[in-house]
Amino acid sequence: MNSLATQNAIIKETNQPFDEASKSNFESLLAHGVRSGADLVEIFYENTNNISSLAEQDTITSVNPSFGRGAGIRVFSGLKDGFVSTNDLTQSGLLKALNQALGMLGLDTVSTSSSKFKGLDELKDFAIRKEKWNSQLPSLDEINSKLLSATDLINKYGHKIQVRRCSYSRSLQEVIVVASDGTYSRDIRLHQTVGVNLLASDKDNISNVGRRYGTSDHPDDIRTWDTDSSIRDLCESGAKMLYADYVEANQKPVVLANKFGGVIFHEACGHLLETTQLERGTSPFSNKLNQQIANNCVTAIDEGTTKQAFGSMSMDDEGMNPQRTVLIEKGILKNFISDRAGELRTGNKRTGSGRRQGYSYAPASRMRNTYIASGSYSPQQLIESVDDGLYCKSMGGGSVGPTGQFNFAVEEGYIIKNGKLVKPVKGATLIGEAKQILPRISMCANDLDLAAGFCGSVSGSINVTVGQPHIKVDSITIGGR
Amino acid sequence: MNHTDSYNNKGFNVQQLINKLTDISHSENISKWDIGASFSEDISVQVDHGESKQLKGSQRNAITIRAWNNKGLVGTTSTTDLTDAGLIKALKGAKEASQFGNKNEIPDFSPLANSPIVQLNRPIGKRNTIKDLLELLKKAESDLLNSHEAISSVPYNGLSESYLERIYLNSAGAYRHINSTQSSIYLYAKCQEKGRKPRSSGSIRLSHSLDKLDITGCVNESSSKTLSHLNYSSIDTGKYLVCFTPEAFLDMIYAFGSIFNARSVIDGVSLSNRNSIGETIAYKNLSIYDNPLHQANIGASPFDGEGTPTSKICIVNNGILESFIHSEYTARQFGVKPTGHAGMGSKVSVGLDWLEISKCNQLNDELNYQHLNHNTYKDKFILIESLNAIHAGVKASQGSFSLPFDGWIIKDGEKVSIEAATVAGDIKYLLNNIIHIESTSKITHQGISPYVWVDNLSITGEV
Repeated sequence: MNSLATQNAIIKETNQPFDEASKSNFESLLAHGVRSGADLVEIFYENTNNISSLAEQDTITSVNPSFGRGAGIRVFSGLKDGFVSTNDLTQSGLLKALNQALGMLGLDTVSTSSSKFKGLDELKDFAIRKEKWNSQLPSLDEINSKLLSATDLINKYGHKIQVRRCSYSRSLQEVIVVASDGTYSRDIRLHQTVGVNLLASDKDNISNVGRRYGTSDHPDDIRTWDTDSSIRDLCESGAKMLYADYVEANQKPVVLANKFGGVIFHEACGHLLETTQLERGTSPFSNKLNQQIANNCVTAIDEGTTKQAFGSMSMDDEGMNPQRTVLIEKGILKNFISDRAGELRTGNKRTGSGRRQGYSYAPASRMRNTYIASGSYSPQQLIESVDDGLYCKSMGGGSVGPTGQFNFAVEEGYIIKNGKLVKPVKGATLIGEAKQILPRISMCANDLDLAAGFCGSVSGSINVTVGQPHIKVDSITIGGR
Repeated sequence: MNHTDSYNNKGFNVQQLINKLTDISHSENISKWDIGASFSEDISVQVDHGESKQLKGSQRNAITIRAWNNKGLVGTTSTTDLTDAGLIKALKGAKEASQFGNKNEIPDFSPLANSPIVQLNRPIGKRNTIKDLLELLKKAESDLLNSHEAISSVPYNGLSESYLERIYLNSAGAYRHINSTQSSIYLYAKCQEKGRKPRSSGSIRLSHSLDKLDITGCVNESSSKTLSHLNYSSIDTGKYLVCFTPEAFLDMIYAFGSIFNARSVIDGVSLSNRNSIGETIAYKNLSIYDNPLHQANIGASPFDGEGTPTSKICIVNNGILESFIHSEYTARQFGVKPTGHAGMGSKVSVGLDWLEISKCNQLNDELNYQHLNHNTYKDKFILIESLNAIHAGVKASQGSFSLPFDGWIIKDGEKVSIEAATVAGDIKYLLNNIIHIESTSKITHQGISPYVWVDNLSITGEV
């Protein structure tokens, strides 16, 4: 109907330097950087085309298209790096940014020394097979219709509903990464996410629950979203939490559900295995490689390869293929999550984990799809093993501090008594310290599943998945009233 | 210091932008539009034990365009591409998005978009080089490391300088412009005693210019705060008398800002409703103002995203909710004037700007508690220095919070850092169970507040 309906076609409208014809321009800039004394020069070009839509009650209340272009230029000299971002993509604008980055490191931008730069490799073009997505993505009419059907279902299945919301967000990002080591890669990334949220109230009782779903590189995502099942699940949680008591503060065993329960590993351990943290000296695991840091039932993986998972990618933001990285195997620390700077400064090999929100952020070692592997128990066996504890069915966000203290919120909890769930509770926050908690993960169930989320850190907000099977933690501090 | 250049309206050629937008809107048959645009330049440095760690620079443009179609519906587009092609695409995109505009809620130009605004006359700092910043931060890190042998590193640090220009324009002739500079430093140090856990704390300072930035104050405060956590112990779970530092109390009020927000009221996600004005919502001696133009607000702007002038407004007076904050649309719904708290977007957001929390001195019902002073009080209490993980631990629409915090347990004048703990409760309970507000206020980078005492709050300690 209009260009918004097919607005992803903007990707094809991009002007230079987003195609191979600009190779000589890239090479000219890289050669200039190397001639000036840089050990490595890297340029990240980005072209984005995003759209979001929001349904509230029975109305589409917001449709928000946005697009942008920019470049981030990074220069290494020894162990140092300088980074400059700009959205002036003319050759002179890029040269100015490059010279600024070189100047930061004290490199002479008028050097006439010969360049060691040998030219770019052949283009690794992951984008070619993705250009057809332009014709496959849902139109805004289709999206809005789906969102309104979701808010309608909340009305149908919900109890004492006051607010119904369903949001959709789509990010279409074209990137080219070039570097003076020959790296020359292009990709198109598609991320779609749907969030549903309800607020129920009955006199002084209020519950506010939400769910988020997301995929990468899956044009049919919202078409295949099982709205009915998602909304039934949401409404069931909303009804149970509406009259839930606040949890009592205590130190108890907890069973954490699968999917977003994986936020505990993400916060308590994952961040501390990023080389960014090793560089800062803020990881308690920096000198623990090949040592036991977790219970031997724990095997943990970070990878960027699971098809359509929210944290998957064809290449990272440094042009490297993502890998499957075993972080912990049977409790023993095996690998760190590393990027180009991390390899340079800590010696840990790159794992295809250099990630950033966009061109205005320098990449950093970041998680992708991070999860604890399945164990052998059934979820029921975990719950039955607890006499007095907490079952955390749904988790909120969390964070980790500079000394390894982590915390995360429990959105939906249930008291466990004598191996049975007895009543819903709300308002719990779990806190602890990574080194202490990992050995206390004593049982892993056989129901590994992933959940999409956003992770904010040094290189901005990025798409990730967290995951785990149901796990049991023998003892953790439950903050409450 | 080597000043190589000065910042002076470098971002926009406003007349050229107006001309372009006018031409494009005519050719696209768009008679009503407005834009918010920004241009920024930043440089920043981080160091690690005397060596530069990461040096950054950026130059960014951004523009948001709203266009009204012939049915009066509004569409919005945002872009960072301010080339002619980018502007054409953005205006066309906004026009197309207007087909999906919300018929039930149509924003208009602010009736105050042409009203006079305050001339801030804030100083524009001189441009410094990345080398200038690097040398200053290296020295600050060194001073902090040398301040005490237990301080082993400053893992989170940064010194930055930025220049920002922001404009608002509309097709009815409104034009707002502001340019400003800002410098900031943060130093978060880590300290550790042998055989004990590492501890951390830090400090932030902001200024309009690098030469006015209180780097020494930041170093000293970061050192003293970090060392004050060196001696730590766990605490028992229970109900405690709690004193919030100005920083922590401001964090709490911002987290529950939806109480004062007309947008949230309309959306049904506020603890307040349309009839809440005039209700007692807090301790009788508490007043809350939003004062975006306060001299200490480094990021002050004389206009909001819709061009409405900003000004000091009273939100809570003697514990009574006196006013909501508004955009043009919410103000129209409530029959009042916009208050200068709007953003710009497809659905216009409303948000607090810079809070000024104060004590009203006209009431005497706190006589029993006038002896409470965080520096001199002898009996046991918890002093909460800062609240953490607010994004995860606050349920604003429910009024509940469960938040990890940094702080101390204080008894008989002895101050012992708390190893790890959370504070949990309900914001209505908290506001109504304030028992004392100290007389002296502190200016922080996000507002002004005194120390505030609340009794009987739930604290969970980690065993």
